[in-house]
Amino acid sequence: MKNKNHLRWSEFLIQTLIRVLGFSSIGFVLLIFLFLLREGIPVFFQVSPTNLFGTRWYPTFDLFGTLPLILGSVLVTVTAIVIAVPLGVTTAVFVREVAPNWAREVLKPMIEVLAGIPSVVLGFFGMTLLAPFVRETLGFPTGLTAFTGALILAYMALPTIISVAEDALDAVPKSYRDAGLAMGATQWQTIWRVVVPGARSGIVTAVMLGMGRAIGETMAVMMVTGNAARMPLSLDSIFRPARTMTATIAAEMGEVAQGSVHYHALFGIGILLFLLTFIINLAAATTIFKKRRRGGLR
Amino acid sequence: MVTDPAPKIRIQDVTYAYDDAAALRNVTLDIPAHAITVLFGPAGGGKTTLLRLINRLNDLVEGTRMSGQILLDNEDIYAPGVSVTDLRRRVGMVFALPLPLPGSVRQNVLYGPRLAGLRDQGRADEILFRSLNQAALWEEVKDRLDDSASALSGGQQQRLCIARSLALEPEVLLLDEPTSGLDPISTAKVEHSLFELKKDYTIVIVPHSVQQAARVADHAAFFLMGELIEHQPEKKLFTAPQKKRTEDYVTGRFG
Amino acid sequence: MKRVLMQRVGFVLLGLLALVVVLPILLVIGAIVARGAQAINWEFLTAMPRNGMKEGGILPALVGTLLLTLGTAVAAIPVGIGGAIYLSEYARDTWLTRAIRLAIINLAGIPSVVYGLFGLGLFVLFLQFGTSILAGSLTLAIMTMPIIISAAEEALRSVPTEFRTVSASLGGTRWQGVRNIVLPQALPGIITGVILGLLRAAGETAPILFTVAAFFLPRLPQSPLDQTMALPYHLYVISTQVPGMPADVQYGTALVLLALVLSLNLIASVIRSYFRRRREW
Repeated sequence: MKNKNHLRWSEFLIQTLIRVLGFSSIGFVLLIFLFLLREGIPVFFQVSPTNLFGTRWYPTFDLFGTLPLILGSVLVTVTAIVIAVPLGVTTAVFVREVAPNWAREVLKPMIEVLAGIPSVVLGFFGMTLLAPFVRETLGFPTGLTAFTGALILAYMALPTIISVAEDALDAVPKSYRDAGLAMGATQWQTIWRVVVPGARSGIVTAVMLGMGRAIGETMAVMMVTGNAARMPLSLDSIFRPARTMTATIAAEMGEVAQGSVHYHALFGIGILLFLLTFIINLAAATTIFKKRRRGGLR
Repeated sequence: MVTDPAPKIRIQDVTYAYDDAAALRNVTLDIPAHAITVLFGPAGGGKTTLLRLINRLNDLVEGTRMSGQILLDNEDIYAPGVSVTDLRRRVGMVFALPLPLPGSVRQNVLYGPRLAGLRDQGRADEILFRSLNQAALWEEVKDRLDDSASALSGGQQQRLCIARSLALEPEVLLLDEPTSGLDPISTAKVEHSLFELKKDYTIVIVPHSVQQAARVADHAAFFLMGELIEHQPEKKLFTAPQKKRTEDYVTGRFG
Repeated sequence: MKRVLMQRVGFVLLGLLALVVVLPILLVIGAIVARGAQAINWEFLTAMPRNGMKEGGILPALVGTLLLTLGTAVAAIPVGIGGAIYLSEYARDTWLTRAIRLAIINLAGIPSVVYGLFGLGLFVLFLQFGTSILAGSLTLAIMTMPIIISAAEEALRSVPTEFRTVSASLGGTRWQGVRNIVLPQALPGIITGVILGLLRAAGETAPILFTVAAFFLPRLPQSPLDQTMALPYHLYVISTQVPGMPADVQYGTALVLLALVLSLNLIASVIRSYFRRRREW
């Protein structure tokens, strides 16, 4: 039968096509890594390790010390997470466990809206309104500080943290709650002693994914942190300008000559960023996979 | 009881296991043509699994192992090169819950034939009438053929599912507790249509009660925990079972 | 009762913290809408920028962003949906499938500026597309893909398994079941996911910094290999790189970008809730 043969052939073709598309994600990850390596590896031969991991980033003077950039990223990210985690987890608890229906109907779309606001718009807002506000309330010479950046970043990480934490709370079996309440605990006590601890691993995942989001954020950070590549060593560093790895790439790549040492150095930072987020997401993913295998999620 | 010389389906020493547990152990059973064969027994006995093996629906399940053979008209349906889609067109299946596909009554009935390449409109109308009529549904839905199938009542939906299988003119019809969700009147309608259908089809049914088993069976096979305990022409199995466990179940001592 | 009082105080506190999350969002949107609305008129949307971008309109940036989003859609949608179909309908639980999932999670986590570097390395330089709409769209497409895959896979999986079984039992091949039953049923969810992915692409700046964006190019692009201005990059430029920029123009641009993205967001949630109410299972 001609018809049937035709059918088998098209089925085979489509199946092959879909399979290829399915595997493409792996291909893209490899491709990205490959091209970062291709353009970034030369810097490790052109610049000495002591220079590369030194404390001064002045490319015009051939100083490629990435330490202030790495520490700048760490400073901004950690501060953002310190702000975002308590806010995010309590909001998730509020939405899942406490909020009346109308409040949930308002909150959830608002958080989706926040997730949708482009980072450059938040950066613009940070520059024009938040930074002057920070400067005047805290009395600093400039409002463009690591702290301002961290504030913006915290809000950018919030949607991720809230939605993942919500899923985690949702996955806690109802029987836990009932057991808590049956033992005479109030709903409040049950939430903090039973439900939240029960969702612990999911909340850790939420924090990690939020961190991954924060460390990779570029535009908003570049626009509000003041972009000074200095070592954040003193206690007040948080209230001074800082510069992150992402901002450095974004700000300088447009001006470097292709193939120069500086060009390769920026790709080198890209490799570092890629590996960092890879590790963070890998760690987050393993907790997700563990959950899924136990049937915890979904 | 008329015994056909060659059984329509021969199940030979079939053992089947999911990930962790054996669902069927060394089952051998002949299923005669143009008769209703009933597979019954307590839940978890392997009846549904056997049903799904006969049209290879369990191919869709991961992590299973099977040994033994199932022959349809003396041909091994698991042999390499057998077209699964052709097999499923010859062996139709009706599930425990009525499950209309999204779309109209017409689309549901013609789903199978369309996939098999049916284009001709006159032929389609013919199939539509014949299948719905055979499933004793035509009179009730003839004016709502283009309404959404999910708007039908539960009993109508189940007969629609039977019609949907019949549209392919299968040789064998497998029914897995087709009346479990239905009221007595709908159940009677479905059973009545089965009696009509067995003239043309080989029917294998997992009934939802012993009473139903006794009502519809030409042949009956009793399953317990993955084993075929005994099989007999209907009268004997329900009146004079040879095995103690069959008797206990039929008389309601467990189950 | 002390414990009940504690609970009540606790709940109020949680509500206040939620307010701390929500209020700044309203503030951002309110501020941009209030000040941006004054700048927006027909000319602003349809004219070329003039006088060092301080006057005139933002047409080339608007068109550029629409073209980039379109290009992203063309490249990302087939690959994303195909990948989702593979994962939900064909993939078995093997190490390879797990590797694919891991790859998707990692793609979703790669910083946008790293995508920019990758696009520069592969599309602009290696494949010699130059800084162009083509290079930018492809870069954005790869960034958008994991979002589309995840959303589409979820939509596909939410279609009851039984439909696939029924289709198979009626002699349908796997693909026929997917095409005739599963895909149409999952379509609203897939569309929602696609829109969410595309709005992300439309608002991104970092991936297009080195792959497409023109600082100032007061004409409309003629081919996919042309450079173009784009809204997010334009906003970045006029708020950091051009001294003496009138605040009106900045806020106006921010508002157009925000409105574009939020209206896509709104469309996505309308589709989602409309079809959720309508579906039959």
